[in-house]
Amino acid sequence: MTLAAATNENLAQFSNSLIYASMAVFTLAFFAHIAEWVFGSRSKVGRTAAALTGAGTAAAASAAPAVKVRQEGGGTAVLDKPKIVTRSAAGTRDVPDGPGAAGGTMKGDLYGRIAVSLTVLAFLIEASGVVTRAVAVQRAPWGNMYEFSTTFSTVAVGAYIGFLLARKNVRWIGLPLVTTVLLDLGVAVTWLYTKSDQLVPALHSYWLWIHVSTAIFCGAVFYLGAVGTLLYLFRDSYENKLARGGNPGPFARSVLERLPAAASLDKFSYRINAAVFPLWTFTIIAGAIWAGDAWGRYWGWDAKEVWSFITWVAYAAYLHARATAGWKGRKAAYIGLAAFACFLFNYYGVNIFVNSLHSYAGV
Amino acid sequence: MSKTETEEQRDAGDAPDGKDLGAAGAQLSTVPREEPIGGPSLSVIGWARWFWRQLTSMRVALILLFMLSLGAIPGSLIPQNSVDELKVQAYKDSHEFSTPVLEKLQFFDVYSSVWFSAIYILLFVSLIGCIVPRSWQFVGQLRGRPPGAPGRLTRLPAYTTWRTDTDPGQVREAALAMLKKRRFRAHTVGDAVAAEKGYLREAGNLLFHVALIVMLVSFAAGQLLKSEGGKLVVEGDGFSNTLTQYDDFKSGSLFSADELTPFTFKLDSFTGTYAKSGPERGTPRTYQADVTYSEGGGPDKKSVIEVNKPLVIDGTKVYLNGHGYAPVVTVRDGTGKVVFNGAAPLLPIDNNVTSTGAIKVMDGYRDKSGKKEQLGFQAFFVPTFGGAGKGDMFSQFPGLEFPVLALTGYHGSLGVDAGLPQNVYQLDTTKLTQFKDPKGQILKARLLPGEKLTFPNGAGSITFEKEVKEWATFQISRQPATGWALTGAIAAIAGLVGSLFIQRRRVWVRAVAGADGVTVVEMAGLGRSESAKLPEELADLALTLNSEAPTAPDPSDVPAEGAEK
Ligand code: HEM
Repeated sequence: MTLAAATNENLAQFSNSLIYASMAVFTLAFFAHIAEWVFGSRSKVGRTAAALTGAGTAAAASAAPAVKVRQEGGGTAVLDKPKIVTRSAAGTRDVPDGPGAAGGTMKGDLYGRIAVSLTVLAFLIEASGVVTRAVAVQRAPWGNMYEFSTTFSTVAVGAYIGFLLARKNVRWIGLPLVTTVLLDLGVAVTWLYTKSDQLVPALHSYWLWIHVSTAIFCGAVFYLGAVGTLLYLFRDSYENKLARGGNPGPFARSVLERLPAAASLDKFSYRINAAVFPLWTFTIIAGAIWAGDAWGRYWGWDAKEVWSFITWVAYAAYLHARATAGWKGRKAAYIGLAAFACFLFNYYGVNIFVNSLHSYAGV
Repeated sequence: MSKTETEEQRDAGDAPDGKDLGAAGAQLSTVPREEPIGGPSLSVIGWARWFWRQLTSMRVALILLFMLSLGAIPGSLIPQNSVDELKVQAYKDSHEFSTPVLEKLQFFDVYSSVWFSAIYILLFVSLIGCIVPRSWQFVGQLRGRPPGAPGRLTRLPAYTTWRTDTDPGQVREAALAMLKKRRFRAHTVGDAVAAEKGYLREAGNLLFHVALIVMLVSFAAGQLLKSEGGKLVVEGDGFSNTLTQYDDFKSGSLFSADELTPFTFKLDSFTGTYAKSGPERGTPRTYQADVTYSEGGGPDKKSVIEVNKPLVIDGTKVYLNGHGYAPVVTVRDGTGKVVFNGAAPLLPIDNNVTSTGAIKVMDGYRDKSGKKEQLGFQAFFVPTFGGAGKGDMFSQFPGLEFPVLALTGYHGSLGVDAGLPQNVYQLDTTKLTQFKDPKGQILKARLLPGEKLTFPNGAGSITFEKEVKEWATFQISRQPATGWALTGAIAAIAGLVGSLFIQRRRVWVRAVAGADGVTVVEMAGLGRSESAKLPEELADLALTLNSEAPTAPDPSDVPAEGAEK
């Protein structure tokens, strides 16, 4: 073995260690999130019920127009700028968002902050792991399922951190995200692990960079949307129950109460799915162009192509459902979840179980 | 604040989009109105109209989209004729019970089946039926002007108000100027300015749906007119693009042979490199074919074809899609006369290019007594021999490191005159006799380059020359309308981006003189879908207008009606 190859082996080893280290830190973040939820459960807010049953006027009043000009300090007129009053879109309930996992408690919030810091640290370690892997193999680190999986969770966490930096209300996604990232990495290192190596000739193309990177990005961000959709369904049932005057169980009261309002979750997922959809369209088209170069036909109904297409149609159906009377809300949400399930099947199912030209899974 | 007002607002909030806003909320998009499912009138025209309305409704479009994705599934799980006929046959052999049903349902040709075609044709009819009226409607909206302000601006999703000493007319003028400057289409109706922006959303959406049609039509045209064939070329040999030269050829139903692009090419050399060490030893790294080609009798040009880099000649693409070895052999008769000399392409049977095939000497050979005969050899070739006893005739590595050719020979008739098509890589031994050595054993030998196998009784010999050529298989395909499909695809993405990222929204500014002579300014915004940007934009507009119509001091400390709590 040449010296260069030996260095690469060592780098690949180092990359593996980084991935394991990130898993350790993600585990700590996981426990910190659990602590956040546990401490947060001590707060008793019950804002949703108040808003839905009209018991408290505070929430309802917030929907009413307020006068924009206020006078402060007695006689001297200190004038405010005009203030905007917003009302929820027609047809949705006026329910305030939950207070978040920490439930407004100091201790919960502290743990939440710790969890987020640990997540950022773990993200940095994992990202370095992906980059060293790329350096070790001297190509895009997307040649097999192990590499996909590690990049996939890195991007998902990166997108989450990006939302946090943009001051979006997304901390509620922390616990489910960290949990699934741990699952994804666990599966990657135990079952999908592939030794670092070069690519077969069919994968030598700059389209690899374009097509695969956008595919991974779409999947990671669609995933965040799917988590939002799933939580929306739970939160929506919870709100429905309250609105009907029902009495949800203590668990639902404690956990679901702290999530954002169903309308906010739904909006979050919609925005994500709508924003990613054009990129997913582009991914498929880039794949078709690559297939045209590699195999002599741009579309050949190969299993991978079929499932990309199915995923695309399913997301289109989701977007349509959102614009169709009688399909908004829960029905659209089910379609959104089905669409993400198609994406997952395209990744795990087709790579592992279905015989496809895209047989670079390396498992 | 009064209780009644709260309730009224809640009611308004529960109403579907825009209903309580009258004209102001209407036509913020061109989504078709949902038709009730039941009750066509009983006449034929009534039914037809009902059917058409249903087909072009969003609900049916949604259901058809569903069916399209469901219908695509079986084709990914059951082998398809269009992809791999051998796999289909293998599947049929192992599923005898279900095969007749699957065949009836066209499950081996899902994507060209009657039912799959029916789904997408219906979807596209629905799509066209949807686009045309929406386009007219959109043109109408572009020609018209934004609707006037609704009676109560407080009901809109984003709202603000303040009092100013500026004259109402001046406020409206300033608002009109500001909105126009920000590229809103704005005009004054009565006591308010009405403005609208973001028409590109609708335009993008229509563009996207039209682009889908362009893509489908191009794809269909490509399928009908395409041609695709394979050819095996040994180093040094060439190919010219006519039907007879192909080893195999497929074409769409509207293809005609004179559409083949006239060109020729010659394979100068083929180079394959493989991982030499490590756990993936033998995995291919690069394949490359150096060719010289000429277009329609034009001058010779050199080019390199790689796996992802086809040679493109006037819309026809030449892809590299396989390779193997062709050992060069020389066959002599008993007198020493050369009756065959050439490279014999052999077909790989494993990843290390262990290859088998037949070498056939059709004519020119006479046996010892001078009788015309044909010769046939069963050949087994390994580019890298493992050594005797080590896996024997299975190659250890795909590169040419230790080539060995194993042969056994036959004489008699190859059966090629029988008129039946024959596989060039197989021997039909029914009319052949195997050479035997003097002891009666089957004559066979493993030859190294330069070695010779001599037939018994002076019947001649075969020599494995010190030369092994490589061959490459090329796929030569032409699929017209690819450019259109690509154009459609790019337009689709552009349209989508417009449709999903641009918000269509309306803004109204009302300025009226209040009872005390002070002007009350009200501003409100309405978007078609949920947008966080709308309140932000309204705030920005309000600030700008506020700087021109500054807030008047409030006469009293008491907050006005509806004050913030
Ligand atoms: C090949 C089938 C189709 C695909 C892939 C498709 C895809 C899409 C997508 C991605 C959007 C954007 C959604 C949004 O703006 O939020 C959209 C919007 C729309 N589509 Fe389709 N569509 C298809 C067929 C149809 C058909 C048959 C109709 C007619 C009934 C239709 C009517 C509409 C309308 C009215 C909108 C605008 C909705 C809005 O303004 O929000 N589409 N479509």
